[in-house]
Amino acid sequence: MMERRVAVTGIGVVSAFGDTFGEFWKGVASGRSGIRPMTPAFRSALRFANAAEAAQFDARSHFEEKQIDYLDRFAQFAVVAAREAVKSSGLKISGELGRRTAVVTGSSAGGQGTEDQNFYNLYALKHTRFSPLIIPRVMGNAGASIISSEFGIGGPVYTVSTACSSANHAIGQAFWMVRSGVVDVALAGGSEAPFSMGLLKSWEALRVVSPDTCRPFSRDRRGLILGEGAGIVVLEALEAARARGAPVWGEIAGFGMSSDGHHLTQPLAEGAASAMRAALADAGIAPEAIGYINAHGTGTFSNDATECQAIREVFGAHAERLLVSSTKSMHGHALGAAGALEAAATLAALRSGTIPPTANFTSPDPACDLDVVPNHPRPAEIEWALSNSFAFGGLNAVLAFRSASAGR
Amino acid sequence: MSHSELAARVAKVIAKTQKIPEESVTLEKTFADLKIDSLDGINILFALEEEFQIEIPDEAAEKIRSVREMVEGLEKLMGGKAAQEGA
Repeated sequence: MMERRVAVTGIGVVSAFGDTFGEFWKGVASGRSGIRPMTPAFRSALRFANAAEAAQFDARSHFEEKQIDYLDRFAQFAVVAAREAVKSSGLKISGELGRRTAVVTGSSAGGQGTEDQNFYNLYALKHTRFSPLIIPRVMGNAGASIISSEFGIGGPVYTVSTACSSANHAIGQAFWMVRSGVVDVALAGGSEAPFSMGLLKSWEALRVVSPDTCRPFSRDRRGLILGEGAGIVVLEALEAARARGAPVWGEIAGFGMSSDGHHLTQPLAEGAASAMRAALADAGIAPEAIGYINAHGTGTFSNDATECQAIREVFGAHAERLLVSSTKSMHGHALGAAGALEAAATLAALRSGTIPPTANFTSPDPACDLDVVPNHPRPAEIEWALSNSFAFGGLNAVLAFRSASAGR
Repeated sequence: MSHSELAARVAKVIAKTQKIPEESVTLEKTFADLKIDSLDGINILFALEEEFQIEIPDEAAEKIRSVREMVEGLEKLMGGKAAQEGA
């Protein structure tokens, strides 16, 4: 069977910028950072003070009161993003199409916020009785399952957890399923809600969170800034999307994975390079075709230098002509949702001809001497882009995107 | 506790858990009428245990399908508990 081209026809986002993709892109495209002082209760107990929390998110404006009891924040994010994505795609999912539709979500920590609160009740407050809703709230697939039941989706539905690469692994597998014809439609992305005291203290202990802000590729970068939210994209065969006159944001054209096979936290350029090469090969394009890379770009000392080294390995002299930016400088590091937010940013960048910048940039680092689009968005008509995700544990997942206007 | 007092407290717990009006929870309603599914049912048992400071064994809970059965089951359970305490 001939492999199909895969279009993105719907995008939904929850982020520090708001509960919609429109608000997200407006912020990211203008180089505005969504990083702000954290909720005071967290701030007073931690060595870092800022985050990209979705502080505006009010579950009551999206869910009935009872459903809020049954869903952890990370699952709520996923459902809200899925609703927006499906609505904007104009797709009516039901009956046979529902059985030919997949949902693949990514999440690193699942419903850990629910766990944190209830374990506190057990250990600190000596509560002896536990609500029966904890298990269904905590399970990592809660978001995927609710999306499945809300839209009548009966095809493959599952969740992948590969730390910071979760969403890219999820989107990549969904892309492959649509391309090969295993399903006709897929909702894919990721969601994360990491703001509980227990998890924040754990991040603090790892000494990778910046005390001020996230400055990817800057010489004085001091670490990542945690973010939260969700991104969901609707994938379908390009031909079918065109036939029904659907809005096409762009194509997902390739997916590559690799493992460093090296270390729990220390990245290896070789592994990152291998995933980028695999994505290019999967898309059937030469490195020279790529114009933009939405970098993993966490803003940690180690990641950014390693990622730039990997880009140079893969692209050689062409690296000089690449635009490389980290939108984590604006929406924070949303962990298992990161790749989904960055897919949304990359698709919008290709479609609008505006490359989002690396915000908060101060001074160049010789170890990151690429054009990192510092601080100001750059107009550029680009056909092909990559979006990198490199997880702790050395798990790398790279997506290749193609602009909607190209290759008709 | 009188039968009607118990029934009123059960109705209150169910209403609060299901986020539905208290007056909709009457004795003759089945759980299906009130759209109480299996997970909702377990959540209600949890809330009733809190409300009455009792333990509801699984086998006592399994067959309950209506508000009336719930009230009667609790009466039996608490009657038993009271008798034990008296002994």
